[in-house]
Amino acid sequence: MSRPLVAAAPPRSLRRRLFGAHNIGLLGAFAAIVVAGAVLSPYFLTASNLLTILTSASVIGVISVGMTFIILAGGIDLSVGAIVALAGVCATTPGSQSLGWLVMVGICLAVSAAVGLLNGALIAYGRMVPFIATLAMLVAARGLAQHISGGVPQTVNDATFNNIGSALVLGIPAPVWVFAAVVVVGWIVLNRTTFGRRTIAIGGNAEASRLAGIDVARQTLVLYVLSGLCAGIASVLLTARLTSGSNDVGNLYELDAIAAVIIGGTRLSGGRGTLAGSIVGVLIFTLISNIFVLENLPSDIQSIAKGVIIVAAVLLQRRNSSSR
Amino acid sequence: MKRSELVQSVAVAAVGAAVAGAATASAGKPALAQSGKKINVGFSAPGANHGWLAAITKNAKAQAAKYPDVELALTEGNSTSAEQIGQIETLINRKVDVLVILPQEGQALTAVATKAMRAGIPVVNLDRIFSSPLAYRTWIGGDNYGMGVSAGNYIGQTLKKGKVVEIAGLDSLELTKQRSAGFADALKNYPDITVVARQAADFTPDTGERVMANVLQAQPHIDAVWNHDDDQGIGVEAAIRNAHRSEFFMVGGAGSKHAMEVIRAGGIIKATVLYSPSMAASAINLARLIALNRGLAETAEKVVPSSITLYSAVVTRDNVAQYLDVGF
Repeated sequence: MSRPLVAAAPPRSLRRRLFGAHNIGLLGAFAAIVVAGAVLSPYFLTASNLLTILTSASVIGVISVGMTFIILAGGIDLSVGAIVALAGVCATTPGSQSLGWLVMVGICLAVSAAVGLLNGALIAYGRMVPFIATLAMLVAARGLAQHISGGVPQTVNDATFNNIGSALVLGIPAPVWVFAAVVVVGWIVLNRTTFGRRTIAIGGNAEASRLAGIDVARQTLVLYVLSGLCAGIASVLLTARLTSGSNDVGNLYELDAIAAVIIGGTRLSGGRGTLAGSIVGVLIFTLISNIFVLENLPSDIQSIAKGVIIVAAVLLQRRNSSSR
Repeated sequence: MKRSELVQSVAVAAVGAAVAGAATASAGKPALAQSGKKINVGFSAPGANHGWLAAITKNAKAQAAKYPDVELALTEGNSTSAEQIGQIETLINRKVDVLVILPQEGQALTAVATKAMRAGIPVVNLDRIFSSPLAYRTWIGGDNYGMGVSAGNYIGQTLKKGKVVEIAGLDSLELTKQRSAGFADALKNYPDITVVARQAADFTPDTGERVMANVLQAQPHIDAVWNHDDDQGIGVEAAIRNAHRSEFFMVGGAGSKHAMEVIRAGGIIKATVLYSPSMAASAINLARLIALNRGLAETAEKVVPSSITLYSAVVTRDNVAQYLDVGF
C-alpha cells in the first residue's frame, strides 16, 4: 500500500504540524469556549463532565474523520447520517441479534462499507456529482432503514455488544478510545502514506493528478468506502450506547460533520486542510451543546448562538489566514 | 356478535370516558355489509419514521381488517405536505366514501381536506387538527395539554416536594408547548416541587441520550424526570444508565411497548402518560359509522359527534397489564 515516503519536511512546531498554518483562530475559539464553560458552570471542569463531552463527541468525531478525507479530495458525503441509522437497524434485527455481538458489529461495518462502495461507484464510475449521488443515498438508506425496522426502535439484548457503548477502560468510556484510535489511524494515513498525499492531490487538482498517473477513480471509490466505514464505526458506538437500533437516529449528522470539518479549516473545495482541525471543530460543537445544557438555556437561544459561533469561528480564521 | 366485537375493539382503543363502550347503533338498522356494498375508506398519514407514526398506520390497518365491509385505500410514506396533498387528491379522484387524514401539518393540508368535503367525501381528521372546521366532519385526537397535566399530577402526587427535570420534544412544534404548559400548570398545585432543568431533545433516541447525559452533569441530585416521548426516552434511559444514576424515577410519554415493559419490570420508568396510536383504530371506527350514517351507541346521538378528545391516562405498574396491548 505504501511507497517510499517523500523526503522528510523541515522541522515545524507541533501546532503547525497538526493544524497547518491557518488555525490559530480556531484554537483561540476553542480556548475561549473552555474558559467560558469553566467560568459559567461549577460542573464544567469535573472529570465526569469532561468524559461526557468526549463520549458525546465520539460518534460525530469518527464520522468527521471520514468526512475530512472526502472533503480534502474535493467531494462531499451527505449519506453518513443515514448510514448510521441503516447499519444500526440492520445489525439489531432479531435475526442479526441471534448471531451474537461479533456478527452484529460485522453487519454494521459491512452494511456501511457496502453503501460507501455504492456511493463511490456512482461517483467514480457513474460520473455522478458527489452531492447528488450521496443525497440520493441519504434518502434511500433512510427509507430502507425504516422499511426494515417498521419505524420501531429495536432493543439490543446482547450485553457484550452494549458494553461497547458504555464499558470503562482505564476509567475512560470505550467509545472515547475508539474515537481516539480512529483519529490516530486517520492522521497517519492522511499524513504519512501515499494514499493520504493522493487524496489531497486529487482535491487540489483532479485533472493534474490524473495526468501525474494517479488512478483518480479508484482513489475516489476507496475514499467513499472509508467514509462509509467511519459511519459504520459510529453506528456501532451509537447503537451500543443507546442499546437500541432505530431508523430515526443520525439525523443531520452529515451537516454536523461537514460543519466541524469546515470550521476546522478544511477548504470546502478540497486540497487543503487538517484532520486535527476537524477534531477541534467537533469538540467546539460538543462543548457548546454541553455548556448550553449545563446553563439550561432554551433551544431557540442555543440555535441562534450556534449559528453565531460558526460564523465567528470562520471569520476569525479567514482574517488570520489573509493577514499572513 | 358484531356488537361485542366492536365494544372490545374500542376498549382496546382506550378512547376516553366520553365514548367508552361505543358501538354501532342498535341492531335495528341493516349493516351495509349485508347489502353487499363495501365502504371505501381512504387513509393518509405521514411516513412512519417514528415509532408512534408507525403504530398509527398499523392500528388503522388492523382495525380495517376487522370489518368485512371496509376496504382500506392506504397511502403513506409521504415526507412533505406537498406530497401528502398529492396523495389525498388521488384518493379524492378514486371517489373513496370517507377519508381519514393525519396531516403532516394541519394548516398546509386544510385546503385539500376542504376540497374533499366539498366533493361530498366526509373527512375524519386524525390528531393534528386542520385550521378550519369546514375541512373535517369529525376530529379525533390526543390531548397534549392533558398529557402534561397527567404527568404533572402524577409526579406531584408521588413526590409532594423535590427537584424535577423536563425533557421536552421539539420546541418548534405547538404540541410540545402545549405539553409543557399542562405540565407547568399541574405543578402549580405543588409549590414545593421545582423544575430545575428543561431541555428539548427533538423526539429521537440519540438526541435524547446526548441531552440527558449533559443535564445529569449539571444536576447532582434530582427526584423525577418527565420525558415527553418514549422514542427519545430510549436515549434518556441510556444516559441515566450510563451515568449510574438511580436516585430518581422517570415518567414517559405516548406509551411505547418498551416503556410499558420497563414499568412492568419495576425499572427506572415508573409511569408513562398515554398518547395512544389506538386513536387511528378509533378513527377507522368513526369513518365507518359516518359512512353508514350511524351514531355512537350508548350515547343518545344519532350521528357521530364532531370532535372526540382522548384522555391521557397514566400507565403505572398497577394498571400496565391492561394497556400492554396498545403499547407500540
